[in-house]
Amino acid sequence: MLLLALILIPVALGAGALLVPSPRARAWLVPASAVVHAALTVIVVLAPPVASLDGWVAVGPLGRVCLAIVSGQYLVCSFYVPAYLAARPERPNRIFCAALIALNGTMALVVLSHHLGLMWVGIETSTLATAPLVYFHRTPQSLEATWKYLLIGSVGIAFALFGSFFLASAALHNGLHTSLRFEDLVRDGSRLSKPWLHAAFVLLLVGYGTKIGLAPMHTWKPDVYGEAPGIVGALLAGGLTTCAFCALLRFVQIMNAAGDGGLARTFLLAFGLISIGVAAAFMIRQRDYKRMLAYSSVEHMGIIAFGLGIGGLGTYGALLHMLNNVFGKGVLFMAAGNLHRTYGSKLVADVTGAIHRVPATASLFLAGFFAITGSPPFGLFLSELIIVRAAFRAGQYWAAGLFLGLLAVVFIGMGGVVVRVVQGPAPAGTTREREATLTLVPAACCLAIVLVLGLYVPGWLDSALHAAASFVEMRS
Amino acid sequence: MSAVFDPLLVTVLLVNLYVLGASRLRGVIGATAIQGVCLGILAISAHADVTVEVVVVALAAIAIKAVVIPRLLTKAMRDAAIVRDVEPLIGLLPSLVIGALGTVFSVIFAQTLPLTPELTGSLILPSSFATVITGCIVLTTRRKAITQVVGYLILENGIFIMGLALLDVLPFLVEIGVLLDLFVAIFVMGIIINHVSRDFGSIDAAELHELKE
Repeated sequence: MLLLALILIPVALGAGALLVPSPRARAWLVPASAVVHAALTVIVVLAPPVASLDGWVAVGPLGRVCLAIVSGQYLVCSFYVPAYLAARPERPNRIFCAALIALNGTMALVVLSHHLGLMWVGIETSTLATAPLVYFHRTPQSLEATWKYLLIGSVGIAFALFGSFFLASAALHNGLHTSLRFEDLVRDGSRLSKPWLHAAFVLLLVGYGTKIGLAPMHTWKPDVYGEAPGIVGALLAGGLTTCAFCALLRFVQIMNAAGDGGLARTFLLAFGLISIGVAAAFMIRQRDYKRMLAYSSVEHMGIIAFGLGIGGLGTYGALLHMLNNVFGKGVLFMAAGNLHRTYGSKLVADVTGAIHRVPATASLFLAGFFAITGSPPFGLFLSELIIVRAAFRAGQYWAAGLFLGLLAVVFIGMGGVVVRVVQGPAPAGTTREREATLTLVPAACCLAIVLVLGLYVPGWLDSALHAAASFVEMRS
Repeated sequence: MSAVFDPLLVTVLLVNLYVLGASRLRGVIGATAIQGVCLGILAISAHADVTVEVVVVALAAIAIKAVVIPRLLTKAMRDAAIVRDVEPLIGLLPSLVIGALGTVFSVIFAQTLPLTPELTGSLILPSSFATVITGCIVLTTRRKAITQVVGYLILENGIFIMGLALLDVLPFLVEIGVLLDLFVAIFVMGIIINHVSRDFGSIDAAELHELKE
């Protein structure tokens, strides 16, 4: 029941938000729903309840970690929403709030689904729930972005469905009476038909990879992250990519169970390096700081895929990186949203010397940049170090060297933009402006979390991540 | 598998080729509606015993794929007052040739996969793959946003055919969920097309190029 509540309560509250007459009350319903959801998540994570719906909805080692990441980031980010919407009283926010609240339930559906078909429905529903969020500004550009998001996303998810059917065929072939629950698919892993399984994995990687935003299926990302409100960008780059990775990891686990983990890792390593490379190329001389964050997201999806492609300690590093990235992206997207609102432009040419106009936001943006590029003492430094060490230990010297080189290029490219935005020459007549506290505190909380994760990974978190990594890799 | 099975799948394949070769948008939308009807009948005839759930899925498929979505697209077309030509990026003849090659490839590819006894010699897998390929061709080679939606619909039809081979394992809830998601996705796309025609003055997806590096 508790598991179903995690999915259904946000959906019900989202529907309820449609009926709330006051825009202000609606905006506050977002953090209220997030608090309820996070409280339930804590209960579920500490004392995993038994599966519901005939085992279709359950919480395992992987789902536990992903649920905590998704619900946790949503909680922190949700407190940004009231101040954000209060700064735009002229825009109707009824559908925005309803979709935003319901989104939390659809993301929980993805990470808690232990059934091939149900998880697909979850991913598709979360995509549909985010489409109105991307279109919030109602400009022709945001319309174009929404169109690309919906069309490319839907085609990607269609391929994932196709792949799911291939996987079902792989199970059907040997006369297995499969229920399509992940537990059964993993148990029967060695008896799945290989040609069907391999074709299924490729289709699923392309399909869910589109949702993750791995290059070359990332083309929607810069447009969508660039046009969506900052808070939506934070959730898209955080919670939603975590959901899509959670989905992909289910199939990596099945490949491991079938004894084909090596093949899966080869694909992940290749897609990971391509993604980091593409991101590095487009980040140099980027003229739009929100699009730059989108390429940063492509980069970090690549880093996670790279870690998974190394395997072993790399898988642990990738999961830790997933956690770090979610909060690192939270800082940057919320700070970028503040900059966009202050300057009315997302071009680097128009936004320089922000430290003189909005010092708190500019400081957060700068600190977020250091965090996301993996500078010590932030958490991303730790997780990237673990991934690189795993790569060297696995004897992947060339891949590890390329990985480090590309990260350096990203640092230089992104640094050029961020330093100009923050410290560049301020136009004459720039005066300091008041910054709303609630647009700063959530970003600062995200930054604090990334900082703490770099200094100290608590024992319970460490063992939860190790349990999830062992679960995916079928080591017990 | 009943006797109507293969003729229906052949109809689906012919519709694919018609869509690739047709120059009028209205004809293309009508053709996908025919495909939707075929899929609904296939969904019923694929079952040995017809239960309530089977009928519900089949009727939902026909209602959504053959009635609601084509009407939605026709309405979007009328509201946007668009030129009725398909406007392909590559010629109609080349796309027809690619589609035909895709169909041949589908037959060969299906034979390389290990098949269960019921599927051996059946047209289900080749027509599924061929329809998916057709959907991809339409998605990538047509300029208009509305034609791209048609391509997405054909892609989904191909996947639906593959689902026919999995009837014993696919639960009712998932089949209905897939249909519902398809409907909502296309419904939202229809709304966007209306907004695009208002904001951009055309529903040419090629007009949607303000966002680029």
